[in-house]
Amino acid sequence: MSVGIVSYGGYVPYYRIEAGSIGAVWGVDGTARGKGLGIIRKSVPSPDEDVITISVEAARKAMKCCKVDPEKIGAMYVGSESHPYAVKPTGTIVAEAIRAAPNLTVADMEFACKAGTAGIQACMGLVSSGMIEYGMAIGADTSQGAPGDALEYSASAGGAAFLIGKKDLVAEINHTLSFTTDTPDFWRREGQMYPRHGGRFTGTPAYFKHINSCAKMLFDKMGTKSEDYDHAIFHQPNGKFPLRVGGAMGFSKEQLEHGLLTPIIGNTYSGAVPLALTNVLDHAKPGDKIFVVSYGSGAGADGFDITVTDNIKKHRKKKWQPLSELMDNFELLDYATYAKFRGKINMGGVT
Amino acid sequence: MAIARFWRENESRYNMQGKKCGVCQKVYFPARDMCPKCRRDSMGMMKKIQLTGKGEVISYSIIHDGLPEFHMQIPYTIAIIELEEGVRITGQIVDCKPDCVDIGSKVESVFRKLGEEGKSGVIHYGYKFKLI
Repeated sequence: MSVGIVSYGGYVPYYRIEAGSIGAVWGVDGTARGKGLGIIRKSVPSPDEDVITISVEAARKAMKCCKVDPEKIGAMYVGSESHPYAVKPTGTIVAEAIRAAPNLTVADMEFACKAGTAGIQACMGLVSSGMIEYGMAIGADTSQGAPGDALEYSASAGGAAFLIGKKDLVAEINHTLSFTTDTPDFWRREGQMYPRHGGRFTGTPAYFKHINSCAKMLFDKMGTKSEDYDHAIFHQPNGKFPLRVGGAMGFSKEQLEHGLLTPIIGNTYSGAVPLALTNVLDHAKPGDKIFVVSYGSGAGADGFDITVTDNIKKHRKKKWQPLSELMDNFELLDYATYAKFRGKINMGGVT
Repeated sequence: MAIARFWRENESRYNMQGKKCGVCQKVYFPARDMCPKCRRDSMGMMKKIQLTGKGEVISYSIIHDGLPEFHMQIPYTIAIIELEEGVRITGQIVDCKPDCVDIGSKVESVFRKLGEEGKSGVIHYGYKFKLI
């Protein structure tokens, strides 16, 4: 029996900062820097938001749009590189907050920006084997960028949740596969506040090699070409990489349009591809085919071949809130307020 | 002590679960085991009820000198909200400028951090509200 997405929900925080406001503080033309990265503005979490609150909001949106009893969820995986606790699972709180506890297995995942899609794969395995009826996979982050670093223009916040099962699918996942190597392009050591990266090394030997290799494997496995798909989604550390990697594979701008959110919300890391997939599903028609390749530094890529079903129409009934409503409703911050919200001001021990 | 005290209230803080008196039908939040109006008649008649989290602002105050946990959010709005079930509760209004809140504003609950016991302590979560 097929396995896939029963329901889904995405969440983006309310606040934003523009690239120009960031550059102005560091003595560079931020607007031009943002243009170079393909980023106009990025989302900023409020001081009372973190990966747990974002995950709960996304999971609740997913559960609102289906009739599944949350107690039937047998697994909860939350992928992130900014879990609020180093030791205490994010998923336990999310499970309680959607009334899925206590009869389920929960684990937090980390694989840089692809931990969310790794969670989808884990849920697919458990559902396909018959061990569980439903699994929930969440990708969410409140990503970190050091002050003045190139990452500060992109590192943002958001997340999406997917209820994985076999019945009443809004989208069938026809196949998934992964490509993984030891490539140290981006990392954050234990206890460090900000990640470090290898500059240009994050491009050709990391992002492009892994996504291209994974995509080729998926095309070969499915016997498909780029023109067989209606939508394509690639990991989006900036607004340009996904256009370049997708364009080289033959995908048009129209195919990439709904799956590219980084220009207006930034790079939501583990939430990036999951959020892009929610936006594509929001716009998709029954029968649409979706090509997805996520990427996580360190490094690996997960590929998915997805077909949207007729049930997508039922998902859009009264409790459905399209992601675009959250993306279009925002308040801009200045850099000082952004720095305060993100804990970048040294308070000298006073909190 | 604080850990256990907050943990006991997780169900109501996370999911806004109250109780309804089976005799007079009045809804209580936080949940009560006995209706103060029906007293002994309500014993065993208090049923769990899931609140919608939707309601309207009855009154509000803009806080300019708040508690240390809310230092990063000053100025912020605290409101008395009457939920659809008739319960009145106090909650913070988030994701808007304070001057956007008014008496009669429609709100719905959102899941947020309520506070934390220092940088190494437990983080507390629960409901706040946003305008709809």
